[in-house]
Amino acid sequence: MQFSEHWLRSFVNPPLTSAELAHALTMAGLEVEALQNVAPAFAGVVVAQVLAADKHPDADKLRLCRVDAGQGETLQIVCGAPNVAAGMKVPCALVGAELPGIRIKAAKVRGVESFGMLCSARELGLSEDHSGLLALPADAPVGEDIRAYLALDDMLFTLKLTPNRADCLSLNGVAREVGALTGTAVSFPVIPKTTVASDKRRDVMLDAPAACPRYCGRVITGIDAKAPTPEWMKRRLERSGIRAISAVVDVTNYVMLELGQPLHAFDNARLQGAIHVRFPNAGEKLLLLNEQTVEPSADTALIADGRRALALAGIMGGEESGISDVTTELFLESAFFAPDAIAGKARALGFSSDASYRFERGVDFSATLDALERATQLIQEICGGQAGPVTDAVEAGLLPKRSPVRLRVTRAEKILGIPLGADVAARLLKGLDLPFTREGDVITVTPPPHRFDIAIEEDLVEELARLHGYDNIPARLPQGSLAILPQSEQTRSIWRLRRLLAGRDYQEVVNYSFVDAALEADFCANGEPVVLANPIASQMSVMRSSLIGGLVANLVGNLNRRVERIRVFETGRCFVRDARGDQIPGYLQPKRIAGLAAGPTAPEQWGVPTRRADFFDAKADVEALLAPTMATFERVSHPALHPGRAAAVLVNGKTIGLVGELHPLWTQKYDLGSAPVVFELDLDAAQQQPLPAYREISRYPTVVRDLALVVDQGVSAESLRGCLVAAAPAFVREVLPFDLYQGKGVDPEKKSLAFRVVMQDTEKTLSDGEVEAAVMKMIEAAASRFAAKLRS
Amino acid sequence: MTNVDQLVSQATAEFAAIADAAALEQAKARYLGKSGSLTELLKGLGKLAPEERKQAGAAINGAKERIEAALGARREAIRRGALEAQLKAEALDITLPGRGLPTGGLHPVTRTLERIEALFRSIGFDVADGPEIEDDFHNFTALNTPENHPARSMHDTFYLENAPGLLLRTHTSPIQVRYMETHKPPIRIIAPGRVYRVDSDATHSPMFHQVEGLWIDENVSFADLKGVFTDFLRNFFEKPDLRTRFRPSFFPFTEPSAEIDMSCVFCDGNGCRVCSHTGWLEIAGSGMVHPNVLKAVGIDSEKYIGFAFGMGPDRLTMLRYGVNDLRLFFDGDLRFLAQFK
Repeated sequence: MQFSEHWLRSFVNPPLTSAELAHALTMAGLEVEALQNVAPAFAGVVVAQVLAADKHPDADKLRLCRVDAGQGETLQIVCGAPNVAAGMKVPCALVGAELPGIRIKAAKVRGVESFGMLCSARELGLSEDHSGLLALPADAPVGEDIRAYLALDDMLFTLKLTPNRADCLSLNGVAREVGALTGTAVSFPVIPKTTVASDKRRDVMLDAPAACPRYCGRVITGIDAKAPTPEWMKRRLERSGIRAISAVVDVTNYVMLELGQPLHAFDNARLQGAIHVRFPNAGEKLLLLNEQTVEPSADTALIADGRRALALAGIMGGEESGISDVTTELFLESAFFAPDAIAGKARALGFSSDASYRFERGVDFSATLDALERATQLIQEICGGQAGPVTDAVEAGLLPKRSPVRLRVTRAEKILGIPLGADVAARLLKGLDLPFTREGDVITVTPPPHRFDIAIEEDLVEELARLHGYDNIPARLPQGSLAILPQSEQTRSIWRLRRLLAGRDYQEVVNYSFVDAALEADFCANGEPVVLANPIASQMSVMRSSLIGGLVANLVGNLNRRVERIRVFETGRCFVRDARGDQIPGYLQPKRIAGLAAGPTAPEQWGVPTRRADFFDAKADVEALLAPTMATFERVSHPALHPGRAAAVLVNGKTIGLVGELHPLWTQKYDLGSAPVVFELDLDAAQQQPLPAYREISRYPTVVRDLALVVDQGVSAESLRGCLVAAAPAFVREVLPFDLYQGKGVDPEKKSLAFRVVMQDTEKTLSDGEVEAAVMKMIEAAASRFAAKLRS
Repeated sequence: MTNVDQLVSQATAEFAAIADAAALEQAKARYLGKSGSLTELLKGLGKLAPEERKQAGAAINGAKERIEAALGARREAIRRGALEAQLKAEALDITLPGRGLPTGGLHPVTRTLERIEALFRSIGFDVADGPEIEDDFHNFTALNTPENHPARSMHDTFYLENAPGLLLRTHTSPIQVRYMETHKPPIRIIAPGRVYRVDSDATHSPMFHQVEGLWIDENVSFADLKGVFTDFLRNFFEKPDLRTRFRPSFFPFTEPSAEIDMSCVFCDGNGCRVCSHTGWLEIAGSGMVHPNVLKAVGIDSEKYIGFAFGMGPDRLTMLRYGVNDLRLFFDGDLRFLAQFK
């Protein structure tokens, strides 16, 4: 909502500066988003008439003008504007004038003296128009200061109104609010009854009375549609951001801005029979004023005549029934359309209009007729014509109800946290012109028809708070019962995990939850991703089911920036179609934590050989992340990963994630150079950790034996270790793989795996015999299960 | 007896000239060894008369102590010299960088979220969470925003294809609703998370973060809201003089509602480019929870009241660290992210 301060002050003129007024509005919830001057500061510019515009003796494009600027003598001014002509009235900057950026001096232009400057709109800072001089109306008084003549000492207020304050979508409404806030009297426009001078009328049928419970219309005959709109009206419209079009349209817009009631004018000659407000017939189409043809939904009310649809009720008029230059008869509409009937309709059709914006928020249903009268009178003033009688169709029972709302002042005090008192509360409500009765502490308010936002006690509490001033409510530190927040020691906070990865040189990223469908297909083989109906771009059209795709995209981005060593991680939700979804049936939304490492394990540094991060580096990161929980790893097939270098991560037999090297297909497709390693774990599972439990420390010495066993290439270290552990007596505390050897001395089909066996009894010192027997038993088990041989 | 004194000074001089531990031990043998000079003198004592023997013995023993002392001092000096030489030889160029892994870091917004959580936990707020694919009921209807409510146009919503009524949550407020569905007052939570709106330019991202706060109890007022949030901002920015301004506003799920401004942290409210010369920065929406919201989750709105607020941690992060482009947060550019270790 934008308007001129002059216009507002013609209703209510509080003793406040523009800035103070803006602040008062903002602090009352009518946020002043912008406060701008209509024109920049300048002085010394007057209305002038060009008496003659002769050719400059020495320049083809310049004119030598004689100008009457009301200075007693005519001025000689050289002018280069293409539209300068004898007789026209223009702004003239006199010698000594201060314009934005320049000071006007007497000067010689191509050898001819010039005493001033004729101005374009741009030179005065009024617009960007520099195509020629700003032509002024023929009746502009010569010599008058241009600032006074064009009312340039005005400010533009732009309000950012919240949806509940539809009552302030008019000057009338803003003035009412300013009056309440400042205690200043408001002069609302007086609207006398129009003299009916014609008996031409049109019937109105409310066929959809819930959507339109009241419709006032009138025929005005004999108008001059080409009559010019008065300057003052144009100026007010333009300063409200509405372009002047033609007198009738301008009047309807003007009254809408003034009173808040959207109006519509039909060309009466194009109507036949009675007006019907009805729902559309099947397949009914309508060409709108914005040149869009729509097929309104069955619950969108139309204005129609006996033959066809004319307009979308309360939203936009139709092209075919609109007025034009040759219109001589109007049918003027002022109606109340129910907010529920209008809400969302324009948006569904892909546009918004000033009318629908107001109707869906609520228009004063007691002012329907006043607005029609006001518009009639303005049209008659400008375009002449004879007004016919008003057709006032109303279903009074379907107009909005205004039920009394009880306000307990003690309740308001409790909610706001301040003592207020019933007297103060009553005084504040009175200032807003809210009708009420009072019984002790209880005030009963009957909301007026222009307020659509007062339905319950809390709404009145807000009114009290607003008028009392939010600033006048103290900021108080609250008191509460001090109960300790429970915190499970067996569930680590996500911050611990984030810090842990950061400590291992991973940088956290936050990627969009929506990704390119190709990432889902490549990294998740997800042919049925969760798709957005209205994505912002095609590469952000599906919801991710894994964090890995985003991390690969981070890698690509940073490789392009010539970063060679990249270690990133992310935590966040993934989205998977799954019948098990609990909060939203059909969708699982697990939280995950995932990392990617590419390039050297450590930044290049002195005294350390460089090595690319590989599977086992990523595995170590996973193990560190889960520690002290010991995960197990099983070979897994996953679309993102190299089939020979991928593992499922299991805790207590349950898969909680995966780790592996990116599949060479993707390394090639995404031009990654060499394969990064990635991991992704279920966050909830990663957060779990066992409570430490004490075990007795043995006082007896440990015995360590190393076993190097030669087995087939296909035997995994873990299966061999498992076999050794199973065969070992209880005093074998640890069996750790510590070396893998393939090469000279070992059959090329085989490999040597070395294990460190740590033995310690809690009861006694182990004898050599016991140790040797244990080792033998383990070797025999490995020999019988895997044909393992002790490496000589 | 002068030859005893001479012997001592001769030994002392000889020791002092030796720089090597083995040579020193050989020199020691020449004086104190089996056939050393001093040992020879002791052997000669037997030939002396008893009175003379006593006197001479004392002199020789005195000389022996002095020689041993000289020897000990020299040994210590040689050992110290050797240590010094070793230390000197082992000296490193300590200006070379340390080896090993550097550290990574948290995302700047995450870092802010961690701080917000810690600050609110310190006054007893728990942290709640909820789904990001939401249903229309929790995102709108239960928050007093029925279908076609004009407030819905304030949120440009992402919808799921072929899934009527499902959407990406447009704010963290549905977490409030879900929490209240399963918990009884008193309730004191914050709910951080990602939210989504169909909007993308220099100051809007289609995905961003919010932190919702909620306190429901029998006696929680608007004055408490002002107190808690002002206290939070002062502590978050570590500016004890930071001022806040609560302005009437409108949210369907609060009544009364307030927009919260804080004095600009760059110019302390004097007006600068960041605050468009107003001295104020819009920082959060808030209000007293609307009774319809409490009713929708079965909480007695006559007995319980409370406040809710919603703020943008992305913006808080930008203000805290001087970041001037929201899009940097979601771009994965390590040159940017690594600045927030």
